[in-house]
Amino acid sequence: MTTVSETQPPTAARLVAGLPLATWRRIGAAAAAALALALPFVASSYHTFQFTQVIVYAIALMGLNLLTGYNGQISLGHGAFYAIGAYVTAILVSKFDVPYWATVPVAGAVCLGAGFLFGLPALRLEGLYLALATFALALVTPQILKFKDFDSWTGGVQGILIDKPDAPFKLPLDGDQWLYFFCLAIAVPLFWAARNLVRGRVGRAIVAIRDHPIAAGTMGVDTAIYKSLTFGVSAFYTGVAGSLGGIVTGFVAPDSFQILLSLYLLVGIVVGGLASISGAFFGALFIEFVPTYSDQLTDLLGDRAKALPWAVFGLLLILFMYLMPTGVMGMLRRLGFWLERKSSAGS
Amino acid sequence: MISRRRLLQTTAASAAMLATRSLPAFAENAPGVTDKEIKIGQTMPYSGPASAYGAIGKAELAYFKKINDEGGVNGRMINLLSLDDGYSPPKTVEQIRRLVEQEKVAFIFQSLGTPPNSAIHKYLNDHKVPQLFPATGATKWADPEHFPWTMGWQPNYQTESHIYAKYILANKPAAKIGILYQNDDYGKDYVTGLKQGLGDRYDKLVVKEVSYEVSDPTVDSQIVTLQASGADTFFNVTTPKFAAQAIRKAYDIGWKPLHILNNVSNSVSAVLQPAGLDKSVGIVSSAYYKDPTDPKWKNDPAYKDYVAWMAKYNPDANIADSFNVYGYSVAQTLVQVLKQCGNDLSRENIMKQAASLKNFAPPMLLPGITVNTSPTDFSPIKQMQLEEFDGKIWVLIGDVLTG
Amino acid sequence: MAQLLHQLFSGLANGGIYASIALALVMIYQATHLVNFAQGEMAMFSTYVAWSLIDWGMPYWAAFLLTLVISFAGGVIIERVVIRPFDKAPVLASVCVFIGLLAILNSLAGFIYTYTIKPFPSPFPEKAWYGSVYISPHEGGEIVVMLVVLALVYAFFRFTPLGLAMRASAQNPVSSRLVGIRVGWMLALGWGLAAATGAVAGMMAAPIVYLEPNMMGGILLYGFAGALLGGIDNPWGAVLGGFLVGVLENLAGAYLVGADLKLTAALVIIVGVLVVRPSGLFGRPVVTRV
Repeated sequence: MTTVSETQPPTAARLVAGLPLATWRRIGAAAAAALALALPFVASSYHTFQFTQVIVYAIALMGLNLLTGYNGQISLGHGAFYAIGAYVTAILVSKFDVPYWATVPVAGAVCLGAGFLFGLPALRLEGLYLALATFALALVTPQILKFKDFDSWTGGVQGILIDKPDAPFKLPLDGDQWLYFFCLAIAVPLFWAARNLVRGRVGRAIVAIRDHPIAAGTMGVDTAIYKSLTFGVSAFYTGVAGSLGGIVTGFVAPDSFQILLSLYLLVGIVVGGLASISGAFFGALFIEFVPTYSDQLTDLLGDRAKALPWAVFGLLLILFMYLMPTGVMGMLRRLGFWLERKSSAGS
Repeated sequence: MISRRRLLQTTAASAAMLATRSLPAFAENAPGVTDKEIKIGQTMPYSGPASAYGAIGKAELAYFKKINDEGGVNGRMINLLSLDDGYSPPKTVEQIRRLVEQEKVAFIFQSLGTPPNSAIHKYLNDHKVPQLFPATGATKWADPEHFPWTMGWQPNYQTESHIYAKYILANKPAAKIGILYQNDDYGKDYVTGLKQGLGDRYDKLVVKEVSYEVSDPTVDSQIVTLQASGADTFFNVTTPKFAAQAIRKAYDIGWKPLHILNNVSNSVSAVLQPAGLDKSVGIVSSAYYKDPTDPKWKNDPAYKDYVAWMAKYNPDANIADSFNVYGYSVAQTLVQVLKQCGNDLSRENIMKQAASLKNFAPPMLLPGITVNTSPTDFSPIKQMQLEEFDGKIWVLIGDVLTG
Repeated sequence: MAQLLHQLFSGLANGGIYASIALALVMIYQATHLVNFAQGEMAMFSTYVAWSLIDWGMPYWAAFLLTLVISFAGGVIIERVVIRPFDKAPVLASVCVFIGLLAILNSLAGFIYTYTIKPFPSPFPEKAWYGSVYISPHEGGEIVVMLVVLALVYAFFRFTPLGLAMRASAQNPVSSRLVGIRVGWMLALGWGLAAATGAVAGMMAAPIVYLEPNMMGGILLYGFAGALLGGIDNPWGAVLGGFLVGVLENLAGAYLVGADLKLTAALVIIVGVLVVRPSGLFGRPVVTRV
């Protein structure tokens, strides 16, 4: 390493296969963008629907990652904010005839408030204790959703149906393609904002609180406000995702938001890579597709294995963590370093 | 990476689709139907908190295996794709779309659970895909006017409650009723049914309603609360584990009400035995199929067939689990519908035949109970029979009733 | 009044079960500073093992002891094979592994034993010699067994060299290694002991809640709440927390709100207590050195 920095200026050291790493990143991003735009035109409606769900999960994971990955507050209860977002949209659409697209920011705002308020007392709790408090939130939310006095709003145990929207302005898109682009159009600015947030002054404060809370405090970072705000913003993202998830599925019910949802979200950010922006997409791919494929894998084992999809899922998850303990982005980062070192050593 | 491979696959798939579209092929038949096969689909909770119900899906797969070994229906094999949805409605939507759009199944058969079925109710009706015999007892599956592509199967929970209401009014008109119910659509449907059945007497007769969550470790506290309310009649709307706990706890604390137990949990070996047979004496329930663990059916030929089938095709399953009888009987009903369809396996005709079942009697249903449907009647089973437990077997009381 | 006593005792009986699983959680926490989400499913699996042994004709207490041995071995093996490779991985990666383990054990139990509930025998007499309806002999016995396990665990950590070595390696692995403690094996041992404690919890719970693959789901949750309420670094506190949660939940359900909100009420109270005392009622406050 030392020889590298002596012989070459640092910028030139970041070369991989003759191109700077940053260029590779840009090529990757452009390819991903092209792929994302072309996808609904080449994939079937069903696959488009699945990838819409991936986008939705990615937004939720981005939110959770801001809180857990960047700020170091572990939440086992983000399914609650997902549920609140979905229900805000469902209630506004079905009881107040609000157009579906207008409900998304409302759902986000409600969750921002809920997250901020929840974040205030949660400030005093650290690590596991915070995990329990958020876990409790996720457990309690379905109970409150089906509480009998709220039936007229929430539809109680029966849930609420949301009509699937068609493409507006006579766009030549079918319902699934339209929803895909609708979610994508919301996801892109949200991801852009998150990226700017974590790279700026605020982001440094958030990360500093994770790494050295006391040092951050002495340096003048108002840890309490930053932590609650991060909680709020994180809930905002997840709430928007819940709202979109409700629209995409066309149905919300307390059973849609079992405690497993919160655990899967946690699995998603770890699999994607903690404290990374693009990790959210890999995590979302994992939680969308791996359970489905686990089920299909059991078919290979015959009818007798029909009860085992969860075992296969668990096995795949452990295997995955074994291969990539720091998630997909962690592995890509290491791969990047390795390639860099290799190519600079070669030159 | 994943997306790119997926993309290639789907382009290949759509190319293949275009190719088949140009063939004249079987225009009259539903997708998934060939000369050799009828492809159908369902979702089941094979994972997650409701996984006990997965036994139903396995029983159905096992029954179709037997039918296929015997040559299928009119020479066609029944190919049931049974997918896991973990009892989560968003996953159900995804899996059902896969079945309908990718796998091109002819129809959906016995998807399980009210919330999962609610989530796909409109989608299937919009796409005119039959949603046959969803495995839930909600009333909304019998609405041919608004949802002509959906038809339930089992007696709905409210009907069953009506039968109990009549029983209480006739035998204990001054009852003080305490209700324990599961806090979800299933539990609430029973309570609603009792409300309808008792009419304006409900408020006077019911002294306490308590609920429990599936995640509760026990219902002991609820039973204590019910006893303390002074109730002398106990309407027990619980699933097997909680039913057994409730029976035992009530006995242990010396509460001896008239105990009415919902049909979901009246299996002798799966509920009453764990609770204690001596503690279960006098419980009143109702049934529409034969309890496989009730010794009175030991010499019944239908029961013997059932046991033989279980041994050969479903050997891993628990013979005491009445979900197997349930799956067996629904699967038989479907086979009857497909037989009636003959060679016209269009979706329209499948619905038409499902709506023209006349006095079909799956052998494991109680004697006298038959399956009947018509274009305006989408509730295949409407009859049940009351029964009382004598410490060994369920003694049937009175005639077959219609709720 | 009678109802109040009833609710109290039934709460204590449930609390005993929560306490035992809380104790198992504390043991793993003491050794690794992680909460094992798969603890409940491990206990459930151990109980099935005991059920099989009894089903094959083994007398209860023999099956009980053999199950403890098997569970201990199982815990050690799980630590060595599944958990060890994540030694240096981020904490949340381990949490994901626990979730994976939970899924595997739950699904496997359903596959092997089906989901039909099984009665599990109680070692205690059916009829109460003391003629009280407030607490059944099994419920009373279960609480006693629970306290015995607690005393054993306490004595083990407090008075045996091995217990001391385990505590040392959890608190300061580097120095422990320097004085010759095999820290890796201490962790494995911690897992084994936790699995055995969990097995006791499962075998004591099963006669009350019935044996089925999802039996420990709710219990783990309440045990988790109990452990944190009492203080997760303190076995006595965790056990007391477990009992408190059991009683609290019953009283809240019977008197405060309806049964449909009793979990909600209990959790709100617990989180409320934690906000006031962030390390639990009996936990050591975390002191951070800069």
